Amino acid sequence: MCLAIPGQIVELDLSGHLATVEVSKVRRTINIDLLDPPPAAGEWVLIHVGFAMSRISGGEAAEQLRLLKMLGEDAQAMAELDGYEFGSP
Amino acid sequence: MRYVDEFRDPKLIRQASDEIGRLANPSRHYRIMEVCGGHTHAIYRFALADLLPSNIELVHGPGCPVCVLPMGRIDEGLSLVEAQQAIFTTFGDVMRVPGRHGSPLEHRARGADIRMVYSPLDALKIARDNPDRHVVFFAIGFETTAPSTALTLKRARQLEVANFSVFSNHVTIVPAIRAILDSPDMRLDAFIGPGHVSTVIGARPYAFIARDYIKPVVISGFEPLDLLQSIVMVLRQLRDGRAEVENQYGRAVPWDGNLPALRALADVFELRPYFEWRGLGFISQSALKLRPEYAAWDAEARFAMPSVQVTDPRAAQCGEVLKGVLKPHQCKLFARECTPERPVGALMVSSEGACAAYFSYVHRRAAAATA
Repeated sequence: MCLAIPGQIVELDLSGHLATVEVSKVRRTINIDLLDPPPAAGEWVLIHVGFAMSRISGGEAAEQLRLLKMLGEDAQAMAELDGYEFGSP
Repeated sequence: MRYVDEFRDPKLIRQASDEIGRLANPSRHYRIMEVCGGHTHAIYRFALADLLPSNIELVHGPGCPVCVLPMGRIDEGLSLVEAQQAIFTTFGDVMRVPGRHGSPLEHRARGADIRMVYSPLDALKIARDNPDRHVVFFAIGFETTAPSTALTLKRARQLEVANFSVFSNHVTIVPAIRAILDSPDMRLDAFIGPGHVSTVIGARPYAFIARDYIKPVVISGFEPLDLLQSIVMVLRQLRDGRAEVENQYGRAVPWDGNLPALRALADVFELRPYFEWRGLGFISQSALKLRPEYAAWDAEARFAMPSVQVTDPRAAQCGEVLKGVLKPHQCKLFARECTPERPVGALMVSSEGACAAYFSYVHRRAAAATA
């Protein structure tokens, strides 16, 4: 719940509320309503419980992935990302 | 120096550690509270205390949402499973928190329909997929997760999902800091401010700590070097007699916070007059409840819920540990009756709880060394 997962925006969906992100080659749907203006494809964001909460740089994203690994939370982060169901029909 | 090889730049770590050694006045004792449970976890994981002079003490603060949740709230939430034949949904961190009659996980083993979700939107999806069942989302967290619950409620209202409700246990960090500052046994010199919460609320809400209580606040990132640099910044303020809000975490924390997130919070939630925090007691205006416009989705407004008051097991000293009066291993139950496998107190449940972090990184290491 308190994990901050870095993800790269791949594309925005037509509704404007959701986007596909990629993290370590895993793609998942997240909500982008909390970012104004909305993120563009290629930008990196920090994800909390299915929502993009802040914009970060590619370097900061790599740092965050490394930190999750060092804290032993990387598997948990990937399980969380993989567990988001709201984007699937 | 343990784990030093894992640090990205051992040289910078050493420089920061040396700078701390130079700045710390040997004739005084420093007590610095890291507010966020994520910081507590990192501090133990990287054994950062080993890099500090012995007169700098890191005090672990209240920033772990499941740790400060009173046990009765778990029982109240679970009561809906039986009374409404509801599907109970919540985050994984809550699944192992013990209530009076067991944790959500144990209730599930006894046949209750309890589902772990990773996002409040997933709880809403379960409701839409099961229109003949009521689905309650046990919401928990500080300002990092509360905006997500708020947007989920907006969506539920927009889609007119009638079989969905939220049992809000959202709390806000600033009143808890104020309560700690006002407590008579407070002996803190400075604060390391939370990183992720601050991306939402910004740096501005901490201004009163510097202005009214004359204590430095440095908002910090989560890397070992971030935390050491934040301690350097704290010590410089103390040396110069300054008390300011400084930001080590960089551009992720705007002074005014994340405006869409704050707007979502204001649209959906209002402050409760008071709320109980485990270990800290009742704190006024420290938690969020749904606004009357959202009463149809508010489990507390919609259902008669028992008001469950559970006092912690007398021997458990969670409160003293939460306030920094005791270290985790000084509690009588630590590593005896209370372990991460069978937690008695909530501080042992989450990896961000001081007791679980201490158990995993200090206690196990010491046990391995003597084995």
